[in-house]
Amino acid sequence: MSAQQTPARRPNLLALVARYREAGIGIFILVLAVLVTLRAPAFLTVDNFRSILLNISILSIVALAQTMVIITKGIDLSVGSIIGLVAMMVAFVFKASPDFPVIVALPLGMALGAALGAFNGLVISYGRVPPIIATLGTLSIYRGLVFFYSQGTWINSFELPAAFKQLSKGTPLGLPNMVIIAIVFAVVVYFFLNHTRTGRNIYAVGSNAEAAQMAGIRRQRIIFLVYVLSGLASGLAAVLWASRFESAQTNTALGFELQTVAASVVGGVSISGGVGTVPGVLLGALLLGAIDNSLPLLRISPFWQLALQGLLILTAVVVDNLILRRAQRRRRR
Amino acid sequence: MTDPHPAAAPSSGSSQPTSLLSAAPPRRAFLARFQRWEWMLVGLIALVVVLNSQLSPYFLDARNLSRTSSDFMEIGLMMLPMVFIIITGGIDLSVASNLAMCASFMGWLFMRGVPIWPAALAALLLGAAGGLFNGLLVARVKLPPLVVTLGTYAFYRGIAYVLLGDQAARGYPAAFTFIGQGKLPNTLIPFSVALFIVLAIVFGLVLHKTTFGRYLFAIGNNENATAYSGVPVARIKIAVYTISGLMAGLAGIVLAARFGSTRPDIGLGLELAVITAAVLGGVDINGGVGTMGGAVLSLLLIGLLRFGMGLLNIQGQVQGMVIGLLLILSILLPNIVRNLSARSGRGQRQSLAQAALLAGALALFVLFFFWSRAQVLGAG
Repeated sequence: MSAQQTPARRPNLLALVARYREAGIGIFILVLAVLVTLRAPAFLTVDNFRSILLNISILSIVALAQTMVIITKGIDLSVGSIIGLVAMMVAFVFKASPDFPVIVALPLGMALGAALGAFNGLVISYGRVPPIIATLGTLSIYRGLVFFYSQGTWINSFELPAAFKQLSKGTPLGLPNMVIIAIVFAVVVYFFLNHTRTGRNIYAVGSNAEAAQMAGIRRQRIIFLVYVLSGLASGLAAVLWASRFESAQTNTALGFELQTVAASVVGGVSISGGVGTVPGVLLGALLLGAIDNSLPLLRISPFWQLALQGLLILTAVVVDNLILRRAQRRRRR
Repeated sequence: MTDPHPAAAPSSGSSQPTSLLSAAPPRRAFLARFQRWEWMLVGLIALVVVLNSQLSPYFLDARNLSRTSSDFMEIGLMMLPMVFIIITGGIDLSVASNLAMCASFMGWLFMRGVPIWPAALAALLLGAAGGLFNGLLVARVKLPPLVVTLGTYAFYRGIAYVLLGDQAARGYPAAFTFIGQGKLPNTLIPFSVALFIVLAIVFGLVLHKTTFGRYLFAIGNNENATAYSGVPVARIKIAVYTISGLMAGLAGIVLAARFGSTRPDIGLGLELAVITAAVLGGVDINGGVGTMGGAVLSLLLIGLLRFGMGLLNIQGQVQGMVIGLLLILSILLPNIVRNLSARSGRGQRQSLAQAALLAGALALFVLFFFWSRAQVLGAG
């Protein structure tokens, strides 16, 4: 409840931390890139960079949406299950009618995801169920629905039309479509968060809910909205996922929620709300992607990947905390 | 449905009076609470038993019940300290990963020739160390429990993978597997169930009958006021996270003994089951409210529900769906009732229009769900 003791100071301080953070992660990524390149020159090639971008496209889309949720002091643990369910539903559509227009897949996935997100938002904002409980529940519910929906069957590569498989990987604009979609998404979220009234209200609700309410912001609506957006982004990610991996399985994106929260937290988003930037989160996702990518190049067992991710999250929050304390001390003098 | 969290007013009160520390627990309030949520759980359990015994002749079979009861003991063992942690306003997402780390460490030592009992002891200590690490980061560095334990959730599970990779540790001696598979002599009661019952009583007494237990509620209600009252808040928090780690280690031993082998993905996702059991038992996720009895009853309810659905050949994932729905409804329904009674007339028309829009969108989703499913799977 320290937010109530220093309502005026906190946002500034945290904004300071966020700025330090972006520079910090940027430098960290550069140092890592140099070190890895020294041992494995293949790291610093255009091809490898392209493969990293491809790998983090889906992650950054969902992590940005997760960030909007975390800024409001919430959390969405159901994103992995939403991706699993929507990927399965979209794959079913293409299996049933291979001539279904591919371009419609994206809005279809987003609409399905948004509906699932709206259920989360309804339960959380109007039903006043704590976000962690509500999305813990829907994590199980949506994953259960995947099994109920598909009767445990999978959709394999040969059951999907080629046009759908090319949706994520095609390169009519030079870069893979998936990367371009992720970039466009990031630009839209950046503009939304920084230059629209609703976007600014998301920060306001997260940094001081009561003050926001007094300022006439409809808090419940904002909270409802971020979960809808989180579902929408997960639905978009689901279509790209099914297209990229050319399949939909009952365990698609199982445990993915952890990575989205990790990318946000590493990117400087504060779990206590009100703080987080689009560039920071993108750098967080890039760092996670770069580490995953460099492990095989360095011939480190892939079994280290999870432990390193955990260490990275812990390091990021401890460093955040140290910077914040130092800044606070300097303020006081 | 009655309210499992009577003290959790909409703005999760942080302004409880400090008399919590001095006053003895008001006995009437406790009984009143029991009459609300715990009796609700008892009623639900009775309903489940009656329904299931109608649906399947195998449900009320002592042997079956005995066998299935041990399936939930690892969850139960981790739930006991989770109740402590959630009452202090914290959360521990790392318990299942800690379980895997301990079980893998034990298996790793065992495969290298260490006898099983010293290996098990080392696993317990490692679990406590993992919990202590969480506690230090939460109480001393003052980081949010959610992020700390999310980090160690990945870290501890990662250690399990680093230790065992794609290998499995197996070949545990029979004296060890007894912990997970054996029964008390001349009874149908599994050893792990007896262990859980004893520990549940101990944890319940500590929570409801000791100063330590009172402090846990006080911290959850108002941490600052509790600290200013001279309670060593940081040390108590470190203690509960360490206990949680120790119990995760114990659960790891029990689970490895039940399986007779250890793989690094052991107990994957159990933390959700543990938290669900605690919250469904009426422990308020915002801290300060909860009973050990309620948590144990909800574990019983979940166990009987899952067992009954299993007998009806309902897939495990779909069972999880029912539990998830129950979890949300247990908090949602009381809130809705409160909202409806508090709602004023103004703005009702607008919110009605919104509700209609939303209901339409969700209905469309459901229609599409069944339509597209039927396209591939047929009408069945």
